[in-house]
Amino acid sequence: MDWNITAGRPVYVQLIEQLELALVTGEFPPGSRIPPVRELAASAGVNPNTMQRALQDLESRGLLQAQRTAGRTVTANDDILQALRRKRAATLARDFLQQMHALGMTPAEVEALLRETEASEKE
Amino acid sequence: MEPVYEVHGLCKAYGRHTALDHVDFAVEPGKLIGLLGPNGSGKTTLIKISAGLLTPDDGTVLIDKLPVGVSTKAVTSYLPDRMALPTEFTAADAVSLYDDFFADFDKAKANAMLNDLHLGPHDRIGAMSKGMQEKMQLCLTMSRAAKLYLLDEPLGGVDPAAREYILSTILHNYSEDAALVLSTHLIGDIEKVLDEVIFLKDGSVMRQVGVDELREETGTSVDAYFREAYKC
Repeated sequence: MDWNITAGRPVYVQLIEQLELALVTGEFPPGSRIPPVRELAASAGVNPNTMQRALQDLESRGLLQAQRTAGRTVTANDDILQALRRKRAATLARDFLQQMHALGMTPAEVEALLRETEASEKE
Repeated sequence: MEPVYEVHGLCKAYGRHTALDHVDFAVEPGKLIGLLGPNGSGKTTLIKISAGLLTPDDGTVLIDKLPVGVSTKAVTSYLPDRMALPTEFTAADAVSLYDDFFADFDKAKANAMLNDLHLGPHDRIGAMSKGMQEKMQLCLTMSRAAKLYLLDEPLGGVDPAAREYILSTILHNYSEDAALVLSTHLIGDIEKVLDEVIFLKDGSVMRQVGVDELREETGTSVDAYFREAYKC
């Protein structure tokens, strides 16, 4: 998977965000085994302890499950994944609306803009 | 967890100039630590004392609970800040020297790394560029299964592509019971690889802190923090 770790924010927070996205988009499909910590750390170019911390966070929220013998698997529980998808979408929507508001757009203008953009994307 | 590398009250002066002034810290196994500080802050002196190349005026360094000496050299893999291999050696000569010298040296690993970095066994060290010599030394240093790795400026002269390879080599060879301490000025390139950083200032530890902890606290990268803290 493609990682993008930027300066300024804690690395583990960014890892959590990007792992969540991989779960929601199905890059790591439900029920599948994810690569070992060391491999993930090396692909992201980060410290294995930091990757471990991010994975433990996802595990504590039921998104990943630790298997006794063989690493971690993605939860097969679709409710949990759907809840995560909604949470991520809500965060994006909030950020978007804040930025639109900062530009002085009214709710009606934002709505019209979204429809226009959607229509031009389809072309 | 028991620290694998401990420094207690370490002092060292060169004539009237104080290089280290009561340095104290401890490093746990499994950690990658960045030793940061401006020129002349004592990084190399600290590493040289820990590698057994200099004697301190006061204080102690414990590696795997033993004071620095013959037995700690067997478990400490040290990368000097300048070329220490004879220039008339070939790469293969250097590999067999390390193989003779260190029981924990993995010859196959060293040869594989040299091959990845396009260094041939018959290349003469004296004919290598500075960057190639640094890669050569790093391959040898990382091919040991040591308890403590002390790398003095391992990334200074190497190109960005090789830097990536070196960092991934360090990450792949990372072992749960070993610690790695490296001094560098290229903070931006390596900070996401580190667990903790130790900031030295005028021969003392200004701060030892986790990378993510510092990012959380300051909202900036370690690199930006460094520039601010050591502003000239």
